[in-house]
Amino acid sequence: MKKIVLVSAAALMLTSGALMAQETLRLLTWKGYAPKALVEKFEKQTGIKVKITYSNNEEMIAKLRATRGGGFDLAQPSQDRISFVQKEFPIYKKIDFTKVNTGQLITSMVDAVKKNSAVNGNAYAVPFCYGTTGMIVNKKYAPNANDWSDLWNPEYAGKISYRLKRPLLIATAFGMGEDPFALYGDKKAYRELMKRVEKKLIDNKKLVKTYWTSGDMQVALMKSGDVYVESGWDGKGWSLHKDNADIDFIAPKSGALGWIDTFAIPAKAKNIDAAYKWINFMLEPKNAAFFTNDQGYGTASKDAGEYLNQEIKDNFSRSFSKADIDNIKWHPPVPAGFEKIEAKVLDRIKAAK
Amino acid sequence: MKKSKYVFYVLLVPVLLWLITLIVLPHIELFLSSFRFETDEGEKIISLANYMAFFSDEIYWRTFLNTAVYSISITFLAFLVTFPVAFYISKVVAKKYSSFLTLLLLIPIWIGELVTIYGWMILLGDNGVINNFLISIGLIDTPIEMLYTDFSMTIGLLYMSMLFMIVPIVSTLESLDDSLIEAASDLGASKWTIFTKIIIPHSMPGITSGGIIVFMLVIGDYVAPNLLGGKSSLWFTEQIYNKFLATFNWNEGAAFGFLLLILSSAIIWLALRASGQKLERVGS
Repeated sequence: MKKIVLVSAAALMLTSGALMAQETLRLLTWKGYAPKALVEKFEKQTGIKVKITYSNNEEMIAKLRATRGGGFDLAQPSQDRISFVQKEFPIYKKIDFTKVNTGQLITSMVDAVKKNSAVNGNAYAVPFCYGTTGMIVNKKYAPNANDWSDLWNPEYAGKISYRLKRPLLIATAFGMGEDPFALYGDKKAYRELMKRVEKKLIDNKKLVKTYWTSGDMQVALMKSGDVYVESGWDGKGWSLHKDNADIDFIAPKSGALGWIDTFAIPAKAKNIDAAYKWINFMLEPKNAAFFTNDQGYGTASKDAGEYLNQEIKDNFSRSFSKADIDNIKWHPPVPAGFEKIEAKVLDRIKAAK
Repeated sequence: MKKSKYVFYVLLVPVLLWLITLIVLPHIELFLSSFRFETDEGEKIISLANYMAFFSDEIYWRTFLNTAVYSISITFLAFLVTFPVAFYISKVVAKKYSSFLTLLLLIPIWIGELVTIYGWMILLGDNGVINNFLISIGLIDTPIEMLYTDFSMTIGLLYMSMLFMIVPIVSTLESLDDSLIEAASDLGASKWTIFTKIIIPHSMPGITSGGIIVFMLVIGDYVAPNLLGGKSSLWFTEQIYNKFLATFNWNEGAAFGFLLLILSSAIIWLALRASGQKLERVGS
């Protein structure tokens, strides 16, 4: 009996040992951020197996908080959602910039992300890609929709959709002619502003077809013709434009919302070397350009431009004039406690009849 | 004697391990955190504030009330829809087909809730199968709005929970001796009398246990209300989810979780009392 136990224990150790020999990188990221072709190329180059878990900002934080920063070697949160979490729950490790090939990155973006993700002078993120939240419009039915305020334009009653999450509250505030980012330092004024935003969205709830909850739904609603005007991401709008020239992404007059998604290393990451290898690999000009051609989002890689498809360049110039670019509102880091205010507002809007 | 006791304890160990490590321990942690509260000044104190939030903020208890009323109605609907099916399977159809039919009922469970819900989305959409069919035969001109309404949410919840009503009812009906029904009709009882005096009382334990399962499943469901529900269908589980994921307020989320447990158990207890049922009988 003892012998059998010993033998099976040894066998178990051997098999798990064999599994350990294959190095793995456990990546927590967004759908589309690790294209299959690039994963295969990386695995071939380094011999490291990439295990991908898809997520979004809220889930990333919740997952890492539950494990106190364990379970993954690399995560990709948005830059405005790092510092306030890090202050309260240390779920990330600081970035060792000597291991990042910063020479291939756009310097101004690295500096901005360093500053926005900083806690006690340490930076926690490397920029990966950027994009904007604006509007996706079916020009055949809504030729004049060009601003956030068209999300409550009675002309499009029943043909409007948006996601009931914090970017909508910010966008609504801009559409009402306010500047929510300017109030990030003043909790009381921000609460007042959110009250006005809440009223606006509840009063106009009858105009909304439904609230979309995922990128896929954003595309499906537009494609099926159920909706003419919706809030949406530039990459999604441009990929819809490919199939139907009437549909396009539009930068709202009162300002598209700019976001930057990053690489951040969880506090209990096991394979840190692999994480840095993946960061440097993904930001190599050719690979970064592949990602942008595939997904439509801008890249933080400096020299990717020459590998980009003409179509991608056209997308950008079609949707953004010079003035639109200057008017992009980049998300500053979210102050602690603000999401609590917003969550109540979102709940009340959802529950309103 | 001694030996059988030994076996009993050995077999008990896995059960206890399962219960303690997977059910009791996580709940203790949640229970403790439901009393932790952070004041506006960032001070961490022990208080009932998380529980009080439920009662003081209208939106929370209203959402719960709404969810509970819906869940009760759906449980009742599930009974209405499934009882004829269960009766057919256990009493009308030949014995050799009845197990095959029960097996057919299981199929939606094999596919999984998410996939069946996407199926309903394809059927019910503005440009979906049903609307296209109705338009093509000329019955309507413009699509009827079915998806993202309370109607589609009810259908989704009903569909996924029906089976849990059918199975217990079938098993109690199978134990009903046909000669009782024959005797009653020989003595001149009408069909309605037979139904209310013999069939329903006999299958009551099955109906009650089916009702409890369906009610618990529906009130604790997250996927169907979220995907099929309209822009106004806020489900209580969605609020718990938001507490954990959107606001990172795990303490309040934990408190709400316990409130869901306590309040839904209370509703079941009340329903059992009102209908004169005993929980002990339901299990048999």
